Amino acid sequence: MATESAEAEVAGDSAVELPALPEGSVAAFDILKATLGDCVLGSHIKPTGDLWVRVAAEAWRQAGEVARDELGCVWFDFLSVIDWLPSPFGRDMDAEQDRIVYGAPARELEAMEHGYAGGESRLQVFARVAALPSGSNAGVAPAVILKADLPDENPAVESWISVYAGADWHEREAWEMFGVIFVGHPDLRHIYLPSEFEGNPMRKDFPLLARRVKPWPGIVDVELMPGEAETADGDGAADAVGGAE
Amino acid sequence: MNTTTREQMAYIAGQAADARLNVELETEGMTLNIGPQHPATHGTLRIVARLDGEQVIEAEPIMGYMHRGYEKLTEVRTYPQVTTLINRIDWLGSFANEVPFILAAEQLMEIEAPPRAQWIRTILFELSRIANISLFLGDMGVQLGALTPVFYAFRDREFVLNQIEAVTGGRFHPNFDRIGGLKDDLPAGWIEETREVLGKMRTFCDELEDLLMGNEIFEVRTRGIGIIPADVGLSYGLSGANIRASGVDWDIRRDNPCGLVYDELDWQVWTHPDGDSFARYWVRLQEVREATKMIEQLFDGLPSGPIMAKVPRIIKVPAGEAYVETENPLGAMGYYIVSQGELVPFRVKIRSASFNNLSIAPWLLKGVYVPDIITILASLYFILGDIDR
Amino acid sequence: MIAVLSSAPSAVGVLADLSYWQQTVIKAGVVAVVIPTAALILGYVFLLKMMSFVQSRLGPMEAGPHGTLQLLADGLKFLQKEDIFPEKSDRFVFAAAPVMVLVSTFLLYVALPVGPDAVVSDLDAGVFYVLAVSSLSVVGILMAGWASANKYALIGGLRAAGQLIAYELPLVLAVVGVIIQAGTLNLQGIVLAQANGEIFGWGAIGFPYIFTQFAGFLIFLIAIQAELTQPPFDMPVAESEIVGGYQVEYTGFRFLFFFMGEFGTAFVFAGIASVLFLGGWYVPGFDVDSNWLNLLGPIVMLVKIMAVSFLVFWFRFTYPRFREDQLQKLAWKVLIPVALANIVITGILKVAV
Repeated sequence: MATESAEAEVAGDSAVELPALPEGSVAAFDILKATLGDCVLGSHIKPTGDLWVRVAAEAWRQAGEVARDELGCVWFDFLSVIDWLPSPFGRDMDAEQDRIVYGAPARELEAMEHGYAGGESRLQVFARVAALPSGSNAGVAPAVILKADLPDENPAVESWISVYAGADWHEREAWEMFGVIFVGHPDLRHIYLPSEFEGNPMRKDFPLLARRVKPWPGIVDVELMPGEAETADGDGAADAVGGAE
Repeated sequence: MNTTTREQMAYIAGQAADARLNVELETEGMTLNIGPQHPATHGTLRIVARLDGEQVIEAEPIMGYMHRGYEKLTEVRTYPQVTTLINRIDWLGSFANEVPFILAAEQLMEIEAPPRAQWIRTILFELSRIANISLFLGDMGVQLGALTPVFYAFRDREFVLNQIEAVTGGRFHPNFDRIGGLKDDLPAGWIEETREVLGKMRTFCDELEDLLMGNEIFEVRTRGIGIIPADVGLSYGLSGANIRASGVDWDIRRDNPCGLVYDELDWQVWTHPDGDSFARYWVRLQEVREATKMIEQLFDGLPSGPIMAKVPRIIKVPAGEAYVETENPLGAMGYYIVSQGELVPFRVKIRSASFNNLSIAPWLLKGVYVPDIITILASLYFILGDIDR
Repeated sequence: MIAVLSSAPSAVGVLADLSYWQQTVIKAGVVAVVIPTAALILGYVFLLKMMSFVQSRLGPMEAGPHGTLQLLADGLKFLQKEDIFPEKSDRFVFAAAPVMVLVSTFLLYVALPVGPDAVVSDLDAGVFYVLAVSSLSVVGILMAGWASANKYALIGGLRAAGQLIAYELPLVLAVVGVIIQAGTLNLQGIVLAQANGEIFGWGAIGFPYIFTQFAGFLIFLIAIQAELTQPPFDMPVAESEIVGGYQVEYTGFRFLFFFMGEFGTAFVFAGIASVLFLGGWYVPGFDVDSNWLNLLGPIVMLVKIMAVSFLVFWFRFTYPRFREDQLQKLAWKVLIPVALANIVITGILKVAV
C-alpha cells in the first residue's frame, strides 16, 4: 500500500498495474519532487487521479507554497491531522452482544499502520488543496493531498495562514483536537470546545467518555439485504443476543 | 482625610491628562454580542462585533455551541451506522450529506452502485438541493426585513419534502443511501407527482424573482455589499454558489461527478461576476431552476434494473484512504476516510462547506454597517450543523 | 331614526351645556374607548388576516369566528405576564416610556374630526397640533432605548430618533401644500374647503386634495410609514438585526402599550391622511351642515381610514427594509426636495389662479 520511496511507488504502479496513470498527477508530483528535493518522503497516486505526497515537516509551508504557485492549486480545501495510534479502547463496543458476535475487542496496542504515502510518526498533518478545472489559471493536477510527519514530542509545524488564509480555522481546530502547534498562527484558541477544556479529544488515547459512562448497546437488529433469507449466521446472532440477555 | 484629598487630586489630574489626549473626542467602541440566540444566525452562532456607532470595526464568529464531535463518533460506528450521524450535519439537505460518504466507502471497497441507483441518488441529491436552497431564498428576505417570502418558501419546500418523504420515509433525515446502492426503489406514481412539484418550484422561483429579487430596496441592500474577490474566496476555501457568485466557473458536479450521473445531463453552471450578496442570491436562484430541469432530464433517462449491488452482509472496508467531494447545496462537502480494514472507519475527516464559507466572515465584516452583517451572513448561507459538525 | 337625528344637535348642545370637567371626562372616556378599539380593528384586519392572506396562510382561526377574538386573547395574555424590569435599567424612565408613547397617540385623537360636530376638540391650529404631538413618541422611544440598559435597545432607540427626526420634515412639508390650498390650519376647515371645492366647475364630489396634492399625499404616506417604524423603515425594531430594538426588554402590558401605540397611531395617521387629502368625513351630495353627516361621517371616515391603512400595511408586508444611511438619503435627498418643489408650485398656482 504505502512505500517509503516515492520513485518506487510511482514507477512501480505505473509500470506494472496501471499503465495509464493520470498524467496531471504524475506531472504535479514531478514538480513537487523537483522543487522540494529530498523533502519529499513518499507519494501515492490512485488511478482516479488522487495524489498523495508526504513531505518533511520542515518543508510543510514551502510545500503549500509550491502547490499554490507551481501546481495552481489555489483553492484551499481542508487541513487536519491523523493520529495513527491504534486505539487503546478498541471500538469501545464492549456490550455482551458484540463480544459474542465479533469476539472480544482488542485491548493491547498493535503496531501503527500508516496510510498512503507512508509515515514515521504518530501524528500526521494533512491537507488537501485543489485547482480550478478550467480557465487561465487551471492547475497541473486536479488536487493534491499533502501530508507531513510530526514529532511525537511537542508536535509542531509551520502555519499555512500566509499561504492559504482559510487555514486559520482549520489549524485552530487541529490544535484543539490534536494538540498540534502551528508556529506562526496568530490566534491559537479553542474554536469548538469551551476555553477551559483540557486534553485533545480527537487523539486516539482520549477516551470517548459517553462510551465509558454507558456501554454501546450493540448491533441488535441486523438488517437483511433485499431478497436475502434468514441465514444460519443471522440465526446465530439472534441466538447470541438472546443468550446474552 | 489627607489621603482622600490626594487621591482625588490624582484622579482629577489623571482625568485631565486623558482629556488632553482625547482632544478629538474619540469615543470608545462598543462590543455587541450577536447571538448565540439571535434570529439571524440559523442556529446557535455567536458573533462578537466591535462597533463604532453603527460601523463594525471587527467581528468574530464564535461557534461550537452545537459541536457534536462527529469525527470522533464515527470512529466507533460501523460504516452503515455512520450515515445516521452525518444526516444531521446539514439538516436542510440531509440526503446530500450521505452521498459523498457512501461514495468514498464504495471507492475503497471497489464496488459501484447499479446505474438505476446512481440515477435515483442524483435525483434525490438534486431534490434535497431544491429543498435546502428554496428555504434560503425566502429566508434572505426575512433577514432583510421582508416578512412574506419566507412563508412562500416554507409552503413550497413542503411539497419537495413530501416527495423526499415518499421515497425515503424521512422528511428531514432520510438515511436512505446504502453502500452499494439504495434502500428502496421509487414508489409507483412518484415521478409524475414530482414533475408537478417541480413545476411548482419553478413558479416559486419566478414569484421570488418578482417579489424579492426585483425589489429596489432589496437591490440597494445587497448590491455591492460583502464583495468577495475570487482569489480571496479561493484561498479561504469558499465553494458552491458563494464562489460561483465571484465569477469562478467551477462546479464539482460538472468537473468531477464521481459516482453521480451529471455528465449525462444537459445543464449549465451559473456564475455571476459581481461577487456581492446580490450575486450570491441570484446564483442560488438560478441553481434551483437548473436543478428542476436536471431532475426532469433524470426522469426521462432513468434506467431500469436493480438498485443494489452485491455487497457482503457485514461491511468491512479494505484498508486505504479515499476522499470524495460532492457539490452539496451549501458548497463542496467531502469525507476523507481512512480505513484499516475494520468494521469501523479509522478516521473520518468531514470537510463541510459552511465551515470554510463562514471562515471568510471576519475578513468580510470589517467596516460594514450592523444591518450589513445580517445581509452578508444571510447571503453566505451557512447552517450551524454544517459548521459545528 | 329621524327622531334620533333631530335629537343629535341637541346632544351636542347638551354636551356644551356641561361644565368643563364633565366635558373633559366624557371626551377622555371616548378617546380611551376609541384607541384600543382602533388598534384592535387594525390589528385584526391587517396584522392577522390581511398579512395571513398575503403570506398564503390562514392566520388565527380558533378564538371566535375566524379568530376575531384572537387579539383580545393576546391582550389578556399580555396582562397576565410578569412585569419585568432589567436589573440595570432606570426603573422610572423604563416604566414611563411606554406611557409616553401611548400619550402621544392619545393626544393625536383629540384633533381628528370624524363628523361636523364629532370632534373631541376643534383646534384652530389643528394641523400644527397633530404634527407636533406625533413627534412626542420619539421621546418615549428614546427613553425606552436608553433606560433598558441593553445595547440592542440603545441602538434601536438611537436609530428611531434619527429616523423620526429625518421624517418629521417631509411630513410637515407635505402638509404645507394642503394648508396653502385650503387657507386654514383647522382640520375641520380643511374638510370644509374640500367639500365646498369644485373641479373645473364640477362640484359633485367636492374637491379632495389628492388630485392636486398627489405628490404631497405620496410623501405623507412614506413619511407616516417611517413615523410608524413599519417596513420598509422598521430599522428601530428590526427583529432580524437588533431583535426588536427599544422593545427588546419590555414584557407584558408595557409591551402591549407599545403595540397599542403603534397601531393606534397607524389608525389616526390614516385618519389624518383622509382628512387632509381624501375629503375627510364629507359625503358627496349632502349639505355640509346636514345632520346626516354626523351619522354618515364616521362611517365614511372609517372606510377611508381602512383604505389608507391598507396601503400602509401593504407596504409593510411586501418590502424589505432599508439601511439607516439609505433611509436618511431618501429623506434628505428625495422627499424633502420634492416636498419643497411641491410647496413652491402650489404657492405659485394659488397666487396665479
